[in-house]
Amino acid sequence: MDLTLSPEAEAFRAEVRAFLADALPSELADRVRRHQSLGKADHEFWHAKLNERGWLAPNWPKAFGGAEMSAIERHIFDEECALAHAPRVVPFGLSMLGPVLQKFGSKAQQDYWLPRILSGADWWCQGYSEPGAGSDLAALKTRAVRDGDHYIVNGQKTWTTLGQHANMIFCLVRTDPDAKKQEGISFLLIDMSTPGVEVRPIKLIDGGAEVNEVWFTDVRVPVENLVGEENKGWTYAKYLLTHERTNISGVGFSRAGLAAVKRIAANVRQRGEALIENPHFAARVAQVEIDLRAMAVTNLRIVSKAAAGQAPGIESSLLKIKGTQIRQEITDLARRAVGPMAMPFESEAVESNTPLPDPFDAGAVAGSFFNNRKLSIFGGSNEIQREIYSKSILRG
Amino acid sequence: MFDLTEEQTMLKDMLVRFLAEAEGDAWSELAELGVIGALFPEAQGGFGGSGADLAVVFEEIGRACNPVPLIECALLPGLLLGAAGQDLSGVIAGTDKLALAHAEVAARYDLDWVETEVSDGRITGDKAVVTGAPTAARFLVTARHSGAPGDRNGIGLYLVDADAPGLSLNAYQTIDGAQAADLTLSDAPATLVLEEALPALERAYAAATLAQCADTLGAMEQAAHMTREYLTTRQQFGRAIGTFQSLAHRLADMMLAVEQARSAVLLAAASLNGPEQDIDIAACKNLLGRMGRLVAEDAIQLHGGIGMTDEYALGRLAKRIIMADHRFGDTDHHLERFIALSKGAA
Repeated sequence: MDLTLSPEAEAFRAEVRAFLADALPSELADRVRRHQSLGKADHEFWHAKLNERGWLAPNWPKAFGGAEMSAIERHIFDEECALAHAPRVVPFGLSMLGPVLQKFGSKAQQDYWLPRILSGADWWCQGYSEPGAGSDLAALKTRAVRDGDHYIVNGQKTWTTLGQHANMIFCLVRTDPDAKKQEGISFLLIDMSTPGVEVRPIKLIDGGAEVNEVWFTDVRVPVENLVGEENKGWTYAKYLLTHERTNISGVGFSRAGLAAVKRIAANVRQRGEALIENPHFAARVAQVEIDLRAMAVTNLRIVSKAAAGQAPGIESSLLKIKGTQIRQEITDLARRAVGPMAMPFESEAVESNTPLPDPFDAGAVAGSFFNNRKLSIFGGSNEIQREIYSKSILRG
Repeated sequence: MFDLTEEQTMLKDMLVRFLAEAEGDAWSELAELGVIGALFPEAQGGFGGSGADLAVVFEEIGRACNPVPLIECALLPGLLLGAAGQDLSGVIAGTDKLALAHAEVAARYDLDWVETEVSDGRITGDKAVVTGAPTAARFLVTARHSGAPGDRNGIGLYLVDADAPGLSLNAYQTIDGAQAADLTLSDAPATLVLEEALPALERAYAAATLAQCADTLGAMEQAAHMTREYLTTRQQFGRAIGTFQSLAHRLADMMLAVEQARSAVLLAAASLNGPEQDIDIAACKNLLGRMGRLVAEDAIQLHGGIGMTDEYALGRLAKRIIMADHRFGDTDHHLERFIALSKGAA
């Protein structure tokens, strides 16, 4: 058995590294490394850079302007971007809506919306969760009633990530309240400048406002913005979720995070020595690193199966659980490492993107610990993932 | 044997009633209610001062998640001034607003690591994360008059006025909602309080660590209580989510953690000022660090997204519990202390 990558894959890795070295400004990478929140312009800048290189949509077919990377290439690409502290690609148009339109959208929808995702003409957000529909997504209540050439939409979505920047939202709405709950749902594209759409920020415990509530009051949506067939939205939603789970293991983020922990622990002093020399702390770091090394191979095993044409179905649950556990453990190590200096609340510094005043990036570490509690909640909570995974094991 | 005295029961009931209504930092009201007096013995003008008294007061403050800096601005300064034989009436009345400026960046959690220096009555150095600093009128500042960082001898305790020349503050809010500042002293004039302050600092920090643990216990119990309420009311898939076994078992583990924490706090409270004080308090802080993390993380997880919102009280409790691990020594610091003290006992 050979766990090394092929020469072609290694050549691709070198190509990605060269691109990142050239295209990613160090000032931007530095802000990502310090857990500082990025503005809309930062994301748009990075999308444009990737688009120029043809790598903005790694998983889209070439016919739609994508890079059509193999699963291994995608894995390498994601890992290198994370290690270089590149901004995360905002996934809503690229990883979520794009694949749905390519599979279920009309020719007209594909021709109009897909190029606009690549060019950045539209910023999409996701209208899935509702106050009463979280883990039980199919319980959603937002109502769409047909009225001539329009649907009239009323209801509320929540946890809408970066909705404050978006001009478009794709929504799951209930079009048949009498059908079984999964069978009365449709998939609608809604222009957020339509009268009756209201976005309200939700402040989180780390002080940031990356998520929002989106309210719909008698919002008129043209019927051509229905994707696929009416009442078939659940099928499209499930298809989208399989794409949402791409790069779910976050191996690159974990590697970057662990490197940050080691850098902090090399700088923080305890009785005049570097903290990393403390055997107890070193053991904590080593334990996580051992888990991560194994998980990276698990990830590669699953990803390479997909490369041979076998879709990573149920295994994505495994990757989500283990990947998020490791990422959360790393944020815990970081807060321990900075010790008392984790106390100052750095929200203002984060928002204004000013450099943190401390010598070892202490400022945003605790905020990052709290922010990343979301990893085991969103995209199907880890309890839901265990449910899916255990059911499949027990079915045999 | 685990019952509170009549006075402690009255104190607890009064605190529960008052804190339920209190909003924001309740310093003045708590002082008026005499709560600061409960932190000190009669000999020093108080009416309490036992481990059990501290546990009663701080458990309720933690449960209410009140940002009042009672440990840093009343308990610690009072114990230190008391050790120097000074009058505590202003501290107990809440009118003498002091803050202890001891910790330094390079010290991490070690009390003997003081780099700040004093000579000819003037202090020069940096103090980190001084809780209560923005509202303090005077600071108790530690500085080294002899020896090197890590030496037990040579650390003096001094009073520095907040408006003293050569003293500047960089103020901020902490993650868990307290007001704090980093202090820079440059030849700031100081008055000597204690020539050799480390033994008094260690005794005061023992009480402060117990108080912090009781605070965390109260916050943990409240977080577990809110999670129980949420699991019985939140409906998904047509039923209360607490009926899902995987979630119910997580709640059971949270409650187990709270019970373990309560026992550790009781033990530490009973040991305060006794021969087992240091090892029991180290054990308590280590256990609270581990159990607190479990409760805070699971409380957020079982609440889902709502547990991460700033508006909902659970998030503030979780931050208070986790950040308590960054005050008075973290889980690892106290594990190492426990190991060292265990060896000493053998």
